[in-house]
Amino acid sequence: MSTPTIPRRSWAQRYHVKGIGWTVLMLVLLVASAQMTGVNVGMFFSNLGQFTNLLVRMSNPAWDYTTVIIQPLLETIQMAILGTTIGAAFAIPFAVLSASNLIHNRWLRGLTRLFLDLVRTLPDLLLAAIFVAIFGIGSTAGVVTLAIFSFGMVSKLFYEVIETIDMGPLEALESVGATKITIIWYAVLPQILNQFISYFLYTLEINVRASTVLGYLGAGGIGVFLQRSLNEFNYNQTAVIILATLVVVLVIDGVSNHLRRVLL
Amino acid sequence: MEQTAPIISFKGVNKVYSNGTVGLKDISFDISRGQFLVVVGLSGAGKSTLLRTINRMHEITSGEITVEDESISDYKGKALRLLRRKIGMIFQGFNLINRSSVEKNVLSGRVSYYPTWKTIFGLFSKADKEKAVHSLARVNLAEKLYTRADELSGGQQQRVAIARTLMQDPKIILADEPVASLDPLTTKTVMDTLKRLNQEDGITVIVNLHSVALAREYADRIVGLRAGQLVYDQPIGNVAEGDLDQIYQTPEGAKA
Repeated sequence: MSTPTIPRRSWAQRYHVKGIGWTVLMLVLLVASAQMTGVNVGMFFSNLGQFTNLLVRMSNPAWDYTTVIIQPLLETIQMAILGTTIGAAFAIPFAVLSASNLIHNRWLRGLTRLFLDLVRTLPDLLLAAIFVAIFGIGSTAGVVTLAIFSFGMVSKLFYEVIETIDMGPLEALESVGATKITIIWYAVLPQILNQFISYFLYTLEINVRASTVLGYLGAGGIGVFLQRSLNEFNYNQTAVIILATLVVVLVIDGVSNHLRRVLL
Repeated sequence: MEQTAPIISFKGVNKVYSNGTVGLKDISFDISRGQFLVVVGLSGAGKSTLLRTINRMHEITSGEITVEDESISDYKGKALRLLRRKIGMIFQGFNLINRSSVEKNVLSGRVSYYPTWKTIFGLFSKADKEKAVHSLARVNLAEKLYTRADELSGGQQQRVAIARTLMQDPKIILADEPVASLDPLTTKTVMDTLKRLNQEDGITVIVNLHSVALAREYADRIVGLRAGQLVYDQPIGNVAEGDLDQIYQTPEGAKA
């Protein structure tokens, strides 16, 4: 039996020089950035006691507080739904204009993407601070913040979905003599709708969590109560708020998982 | 066979891609109304390009193409859409909208008869909905009206694509390798359907095929392309057994 001749690997291939090299480089960068930014890992461990202390003080949730926070929690969910829906609705035309397989005009596409990058650069906390200043304390500021935040995020997710579609049906519709809008409606939308819904729910989940933080700045919802309980050192109330938010996030996660399974 | 007036006419057509590749080289020929024309040639010989220049899915570099005695090169916007409306097209990959129903796929062939907003709300007339059923019946698939397109077999999907084309009331059907992804049995069904439309409705049919045997079985006339040039053109009565070998010579072999 003759052994087949196997092509020889180079020295670098045999000893995985590339993989090892990149790993070492990443480690060096990691250590260097820790040192330059002055992160003290030792301090994290020596002060861990305070963290446990906090946990202990939270360990006895004030359950009767639940009745107080249900209303603001609902408001948080409503803010998230409103903000996500408005943001996603505006995202659709921008996603279409950013997709390289639909828009062949490089300038138009580039300009739209630049605008979207700009929107994504603005942190949600900054947006909340601005809109609280404009609309005053309350959920309007929260909804507008969430809408803009979702718009930036969703439009990027959406146009990446659009760029993966099968172009065959588009060609067919074009050969039929359809207008550009009809082509998008008939050949693009059915292909992306399910993933759109999936990403919409994912954004909604993120927004529920984000809006708890936004409440801190006075943008309405459960965050206001979170801040109040922390300021009053009522950690037993804080625990209830965190647990209630967890339940909401779990429910949304469950619903979106279920919908994704049914739809995809 | 008496010669009827040409419905499509190529006059010195050249196509050079932006990277310098020659797609079509000095193509001149006429296609008469009601003809069943088969274009044969190797992959990359320019068959698909030739087909797509007729409905302007591909642009040409020089020369002129006329459809029903009108030069199509300057068509834009609505005029271009009206040209495409009278030219049906069938693809190797069927190009149906998989997640939509057969009915919606078939009706999508009719959208160029409606303003855009009506197509978006799906406001098709009763007559056109009946026409969709009728078109499906012509390809023997009426019972699949409400089935999702991706639940059909390949041969059925291609017949739905033909029904979609029928909704256009086309004068010409372009078929780009319509049977390349089908088995022999469904191949026959699809080719028979095209032949029937050609004979019953007088639709001019232009088909790209790999198989010479199929070409000889269905064509009124066979043209051969090699490296973007028209190297063969005979009515079916004149096609001899060995003729088509020359079309399938590799470009290198031809030069040698």
